[in-house]
Amino acid sequence: MTPDVAEFAPLAAEIFVLAMACFILVLDAYLPDTRRLIAFRLTQVTLLGAAVLTWMQYDTMIGTTDRMVLLGGTYVADTLSMVLKLAVYAVSAGVFLYSRDYLRDRGILKGEYFVLGLFGVLGMMVMISAHNMLSVYLGLELLSLSMYTMVAFQRQNGVASEAAMKYFVLGAIASGMLLYGISMIYGASGSLDLAAIGRYVAEHGAEDRILAFGVVFIVAGLAFKLGNAPFHMWVPDIYNGAPTSVTLFIGAAPKIAAFAMVMRVLVEGLGGLHADWTPMLIILAVGSLAVGNVIAIAQTNIKRMLAYSTISHMGFVVLGILAANKVGYSGAMFYAITYALTSAGGFGLLVLLSRAGFEAEKLDDLKGLNDRNPWLAFLMLLLMFSMAGVPPTVGFYAKLSVLQAVVSADMVWLAAVAVFFSIIGAFYYIRVVKVMYFDKPEDEAPIFAGFDAKAVLSVNGLAVLALGVYPSGLMAWCAKALG
Amino acid sequence: MVGLSHYLILGAVMFCLSVAGIFLNRKNVIILLMSIELMLLAVNTNFVAFSHYLGDTAGQIFVFFILTVAAAEAAIGLAILVVVFRNRSTINVEDLDAMKG
Amino acid sequence: MDMTPNMTLSENVLLSIVLAPLAGAIVAGLFSKAIGRAGAHWVTILGVLTSFLLSLTVFKALVFDGAAKFDATVYTWLVSEGVKFEVGFLVDKLTVLMMTVVTFVSLMVHIYTIGYMADDEHNWDEKSLAGKNSYQRFFSYISLFTFSMLMLVMANNFMQLFFGWEAVGVVSYLLIGFWSTRETAIYANLKAFLVNRVGDFGFLLGIAAVLMSFNSLNYAEVFAAAPRMADATFQVFPGVDWSLLSVIGILLFVGAMGKSAQMPLHVWLPDSMEGPTPISALIHAATMVTAGIFMVARMSPIYELSETALSVVLVIGALTAFFTGLLGLVQHDIKRVVAYSTLSQLGYMTVALGASAYSAAIFHLMTHAFFKALLFLAAGSVIIAMHHEQDMRKMGGLKKYMPITYWTSLLGSLALIGFPGFSGFFSKDGIIEAVHHSHIAGSSLAYFSVTAGVFITALYSFRMFFLVFHGQERMDEHTRHHLHETPAVVTVPLMLLAIPSVILGFFTVGPVLFGDYFGDAIYVAAAHDGLAVMGEHFHGAFGFILHGMMGLPFWLASAGVFTAWFIYMKRPDIADVFQDKLSVVHRILENKYGFDDFNQKVFGDGSRGLGGLLWQVGDVKVIDGAAVNGSARLVGWFSTVVRHIQTGYLYHYAFAMIIGLLVLLSWVVVPGFVR
Repeated sequence: MTPDVAEFAPLAAEIFVLAMACFILVLDAYLPDTRRLIAFRLTQVTLLGAAVLTWMQYDTMIGTTDRMVLLGGTYVADTLSMVLKLAVYAVSAGVFLYSRDYLRDRGILKGEYFVLGLFGVLGMMVMISAHNMLSVYLGLELLSLSMYTMVAFQRQNGVASEAAMKYFVLGAIASGMLLYGISMIYGASGSLDLAAIGRYVAEHGAEDRILAFGVVFIVAGLAFKLGNAPFHMWVPDIYNGAPTSVTLFIGAAPKIAAFAMVMRVLVEGLGGLHADWTPMLIILAVGSLAVGNVIAIAQTNIKRMLAYSTISHMGFVVLGILAANKVGYSGAMFYAITYALTSAGGFGLLVLLSRAGFEAEKLDDLKGLNDRNPWLAFLMLLLMFSMAGVPPTVGFYAKLSVLQAVVSADMVWLAAVAVFFSIIGAFYYIRVVKVMYFDKPEDEAPIFAGFDAKAVLSVNGLAVLALGVYPSGLMAWCAKALG
Repeated sequence: MVGLSHYLILGAVMFCLSVAGIFLNRKNVIILLMSIELMLLAVNTNFVAFSHYLGDTAGQIFVFFILTVAAAEAAIGLAILVVVFRNRSTINVEDLDAMKG
Repeated sequence: MDMTPNMTLSENVLLSIVLAPLAGAIVAGLFSKAIGRAGAHWVTILGVLTSFLLSLTVFKALVFDGAAKFDATVYTWLVSEGVKFEVGFLVDKLTVLMMTVVTFVSLMVHIYTIGYMADDEHNWDEKSLAGKNSYQRFFSYISLFTFSMLMLVMANNFMQLFFGWEAVGVVSYLLIGFWSTRETAIYANLKAFLVNRVGDFGFLLGIAAVLMSFNSLNYAEVFAAAPRMADATFQVFPGVDWSLLSVIGILLFVGAMGKSAQMPLHVWLPDSMEGPTPISALIHAATMVTAGIFMVARMSPIYELSETALSVVLVIGALTAFFTGLLGLVQHDIKRVVAYSTLSQLGYMTVALGASAYSAAIFHLMTHAFFKALLFLAAGSVIIAMHHEQDMRKMGGLKKYMPITYWTSLLGSLALIGFPGFSGFFSKDGIIEAVHHSHIAGSSLAYFSVTAGVFITALYSFRMFFLVFHGQERMDEHTRHHLHETPAVVTVPLMLLAIPSVILGFFTVGPVLFGDYFGDAIYVAAAHDGLAVMGEHFHGAFGFILHGMMGLPFWLASAGVFTAWFIYMKRPDIADVFQDKLSVVHRILENKYGFDDFNQKVFGDGSRGLGGLLWQVGDVKVIDGAAVNGSARLVGWFSTVVRHIQTGYLYHYAFAMIIGLLVLLSWVVVPGFVR
């Protein structure tokens, strides 16, 4: 069977990103060292172009429940994929912009960095639009391989290469588990197509225990991607060891893609088995909330602290999914998108504070930030408040919507546990604010940051506030995306 | 007669061996890479067995993709290994503990 | 009159009315350095002017063009358990009257402030950081206040009402303590804050009771459901049945007592005069303190169903009207006299509410807003001329130095005492008559209070007037030398405010008090409707004046003016004799009935003592020691222990993943197979 050429039209954005990534790779080989910024600019153009293509492709189907399943059932285009892809482009573009000066100061402003980034974005796009176990796996590996390489990008950095090694080994194990689970599901249902699996599960989910066996492995693989305890061990070391610009990349958009993967595999494919995976996700969620929030308190390295914070936030995303109802899914989606935004801002600020020969990564490096640059301190305050869930920032609303879903699924105790650990978590976020506003600066060096990066960071920080005050717009999108 | 369950048991045994290899091995990172490869082969065995049993080729196609990705993965893994060795002059797993806590 | 009932109000216009002052406040507040002084006052005045003009168009549309009232949600913030938390506007004739008054007075105050705050830097230490850009900050605050007040009056639901309620409270707090380096100012704003907390607590409980029993925060829904709840009771203490609507009404009124300074929560208002005079006029006379009155009028469908609540309102109002008026007689600070007069007039409005004469209360609110703002601004004008001296014992004979201030003050005072024909006359006489017709419990006490109050009002008003403008010049030589009329930015608002103070009542008494101006905005049960009885005898404003000239209040007012003239002009020695003979009474009044001392000793020292005890034992030892620091230390310690799980070794990480996998497997699959 030959796919119709018209079937490729909805893939325009993916094809464009792939073509541009290859083009930048080749072009960069011929560029002198002084012209490296061209790769950066082309990357931003690529993301912009992809956004336009995605938007054009889907503007007819916003808010509708139409889905286009293409290429023999391996690819799906729906409102969910559009919203998530746009979020991925926006967050990634911001991330690249924040990284530019950081990379230049360290002599690693190279075309490969952006090429790898674009391949990562392509991987995320494939994950988001996957409608077959094969495309899920390929998207996941495309993203993971790019990220392993990016972590080790600074070749003379010993800590970073150690982090890359750990990430690679653990990531490969997680892929192995996921694949083993997929093989079981394939054996039981006889198909790799998510729709076909969904149909089989709906009929035989209760009696076929092979399916449940496979689900355990799949959940383990997904939990690794999200960074849920006890599959979280890679997160602190990789966030800590990687160059801050890479941490920024890993910590933002891939969370959205991971959420998409969970939605596609667990909900669309294995939704009929939610009685089996809900208890597993409860274990993951509670574990993540506990481990993330408690261990973060003991951290003095802010990148490591934010890594533990990520673990706890992913616990919240899982909370929304395990409620297994529409409110929960849209709450989790809202959470994932806004967390990616907040995380991009937080790490972005650390990137801007760093300079040649100096990495801003200890908590003490933020001391007296208010005296050095009140505006950046205020933005960080907004971001920290959002992570802690202080109203009126978006973090509050995101937590609230997830908790509502949990309560509506009759799991009040779980909501209470989540709130309990959030309160513990508030301590270390507010400690950052205290350090910025009430401690004397140790480092008096002026902060150089490009105007455009600062402007985007301001928009990023204020968006956290604006979305908190006016959440209904994005929330409505999330609800529509989940039809 | 060798049936489906034999293949699945073989796959499971290989999977367990690879897992054991990963956390029992405390010396050489290369053994880790080998264990990972073994894990993927266990999965491949499963896929091929199911594919044959179901009379459906999709599983075998999946195996091709896994093999391809495994090759790319091995390339990247070895590259990272080289970088680690250059920085640390060791590929001992126990020495990779600069970050903890 | 062209009646087009299908005409509707535009949501955008209403939004602009609310947001224009907010925009002004934001610009003046955040960009104070960039735009400078002139920029700050222009941008805020422009904002308020926009608001005022648009309010006028809305007024015209509603009152003259017969547009339908606007009641719709603008933005839904969140929905929880079927209860909507929204921002929405209810604009009917009651609302638009408040909007017009608020924006007009605010506009006048904005203009006046240019003159009053011109040399504000003298009020600050040179090194004080707060003194930087204080001029712009002040404009930002008063614009922000206008925004908050508009949110309050235009609300169509309890949540927004509460938002506006608290927002005006916050701005009031900021403004009372505006000169934050003065100890008295900080004391006064703390006091205002604490006393209002008491009221707001009741208010919040009231809203909670509404939410609990009606499961809605929307006015229209609550009012529609209220008649069904008329006989509903509930038990707070087992065995005691309370009428639900009475409890709601009284709790909401407790909020109004705080904001509208009714006894015994009135103590903050006189002290609030520590703030700059423009805000005394805007917030503590004309607008914010009337929020409570407005709120009760808005809630008339609830109050009408509970005579108990009405009686409470009536009695509290009567006590306030009478006793606070007496206090005005012994004050020496010019602003405090006006402040006590405000308290007393708020008492009148509350009495009207209690007597179900809501329209009379709102009518008095409106006329009072104009003449009280006028009196405050006139007092401020005197204070400017006297170089910020506020003691009346050091004034006197200012008439010849400040003719415009003199004449406008005279007009304002005549309006205040209810001289026939002036606007205060119509509203005050309306209230007294309405109370006369009321039959609920406490109405005879209230009638006595408001009638006697007329004499007292006249006495303290003209005592102040004579002491300031007539008689000996008691100021020092230096001040006298510099005495002159204040600049146009001060006197023009005075003159503009004087016009409505004089004529407004004459033109509006018919429709507002006896006509159907309010329509369905205010609901009065037929049994309570004293105004309707009076309306049968109403034959135009002239008739009302003639009738008033024959009534008791007119003679009492005249007697008050005469007494003031006699005691303070003709025979100043009499005042001292009185003071000696009636020293006990005088001391009681000087001590303001001991409310302040009582609060200070019992609530202040008592709660400080209790707080100290709880702090030492409960907080430091138990809560801080064991609960807070203890648990924080425990978690911190736990954290440092648990973090060692993260050993840094790859094989441990992999091991954790395998353990996780096994846990999930055993948790899920084993029970499945066993089953």
